[in-house]
Amino acid sequence: MFARLRRYKYQQWFWGYLFVIPVMAGFFLFMVYPMISGIALSFYQWPGIGPKEWVGVANYLKMFRDVHFLRAVGNTVYYTLGILVLGVPLALFWAILLNQKFLKGRNFFRLIYFLPTVTMMAAVSMVWKWLLSPNYGLVNYFLGLVGLPKVNWLLDPKWAMPGLILMSIWKGTGFNMVIFLAGLQGIPKTYYEAAEIDGATAWHKFRYITLPLLSPTTFFVIITTMITSFQIFQQAYILTEGGPREATTTIVFYIYKNAFEWFKMGYSCAQSVFLLLVLILATLIQWRIQRRWVHYA
Amino acid sequence: MQTYAFRRGIGKLLLYVLLSLGALVMILPFLWMLSTSLKDEVSALQMPPQWIPRPVHWENFPRAWSAAPFGRYFFNSFFIAITTTVGEVITTIFAAYAFAKMNFFGKNVLFTIFLGTLMIPGQMLLVPNYVTIKKLGWYNTYWALIIPWTVSVFGIFLLRQFFRTIPDEFWDAARIDGCSRFRYIWQVVVPLSRPGIATVALFKFIGSWNAFLWVLIMTDKVELRTIPVGLRFFMSDVGTNYPLLMAASTMAILPVLLIFLFTQRQFIQGITRTGLK
Repeated sequence: MFARLRRYKYQQWFWGYLFVIPVMAGFFLFMVYPMISGIALSFYQWPGIGPKEWVGVANYLKMFRDVHFLRAVGNTVYYTLGILVLGVPLALFWAILLNQKFLKGRNFFRLIYFLPTVTMMAAVSMVWKWLLSPNYGLVNYFLGLVGLPKVNWLLDPKWAMPGLILMSIWKGTGFNMVIFLAGLQGIPKTYYEAAEIDGATAWHKFRYITLPLLSPTTFFVIITTMITSFQIFQQAYILTEGGPREATTTIVFYIYKNAFEWFKMGYSCAQSVFLLLVLILATLIQWRIQRRWVHYA
Repeated sequence: MQTYAFRRGIGKLLLYVLLSLGALVMILPFLWMLSTSLKDEVSALQMPPQWIPRPVHWENFPRAWSAAPFGRYFFNSFFIAITTTVGEVITTIFAAYAFAKMNFFGKNVLFTIFLGTLMIPGQMLLVPNYVTIKKLGWYNTYWALIIPWTVSVFGIFLLRQFFRTIPDEFWDAARIDGCSRFRYIWQVVVPLSRPGIATVALFKFIGSWNAFLWVLIMTDKVELRTIPVGLRFFMSDVGTNYPLLMAASTMAILPVLLIFLFTQRQFIQGITRTGLK
């Protein structure tokens, strides 16, 4: 009896390992191993071929004196803040509108708002390059209609990043909106009904019911948006190629340049490690602060 | 009473106006892309904009198609998206089943490491992965674009949630009747988890179709370019010929757009499911 049970246990082990081995092999080869070797490479100077030269923490020291890198960090923070400050509230706004109970055609609107999220960034970037064109672009045309001056969007160092932010908000808002909407639908209707009986205004209901009860969702949206925004690359690569005058050179764009155009593999790995550390740190800080404003029901 | 009803009516109207305006903003870039793709170069630059192209230049599509090897790009994109989707679904079903329903030494440790890497930016791994791909001799081959993409932490996470809802009694009953694990997974687990599997497949297909940076780095041959990378090079070739660029963009977007329109419910449920767990 026990022998059979034990045999079943080891049989289960065998099949269990067999089932996870293909995934695990890929996982270790393309996720775990590169992480370790990436950290290791960051202490070397290496042009991609030939011998590696140990340089200690020189790559890290160099990073903080490299004005181009510091500018890339600044640009990335600017972009991320733009998305967090403008994009996330906008997503919440649309979600609240879509959550009105008498609304007809909710699925239709949700579909339209979500469309940009699934479309190819490479194609969408080209469309936006056209939309943001200074003389023939639709965006400037509409600005002109309401009496605003033309903006030299992607050609002006001051306006290039706002242009990228504008496009990224258009592309990404639908995703966050869908998550907010699911969060809103999880708030029990009875709270609102009780508040209405007590004579609460729309603002009160939003401030004292919706916001607190939605806070776990908001927290999730902020964390994921921050992580993805920090990794912005494609928009900068296709729309502006990092320019004008490095105004849209982001961290990942600079990492890409260092590794695959200038073949400074070690230096680029050090920047990757820095990016990872920043993301971990930012997430930890968010976890600490969340206790003050996130309410888990 | 009348004023209350009146105010409610105004509120409703405002809601629909706002939502419609928002929808217009979201859809306008697509419409403008389509409109431009059917114009000639002169009328594309006309200001104020010509909303409906006159005359309609359908020939922009065949012209764009033959101005770059788009046939090859499409073949590559379809081939890679389909193989990675099939590959991922198969490996993910087995791994997710093992994590959800089986006991083996080290399972929880492995799964924790697994989830821990969800947060790691893929960009961080680019250089080491590039080195690995070169060492394996996979640079400029389909292997580089297929094998690494068949592993997805997200897919395993999602399917594990589905599989956990299947009662263990099913397996006990099947085992007593002499059913093998493979047959049980194929005939019981998979049919019961169809929505989850469909979601994983959809995400993978669309993700593969749209992927850019990995393809850009792991290949430098024209014959291996997928549509996004091909589009990027097409842009440097034709410069500011926006009608051709927009025609190419339309063709690039269309397959995924169609898939999304038919499966949107599945897709959106998949996102909310992972977002709220």
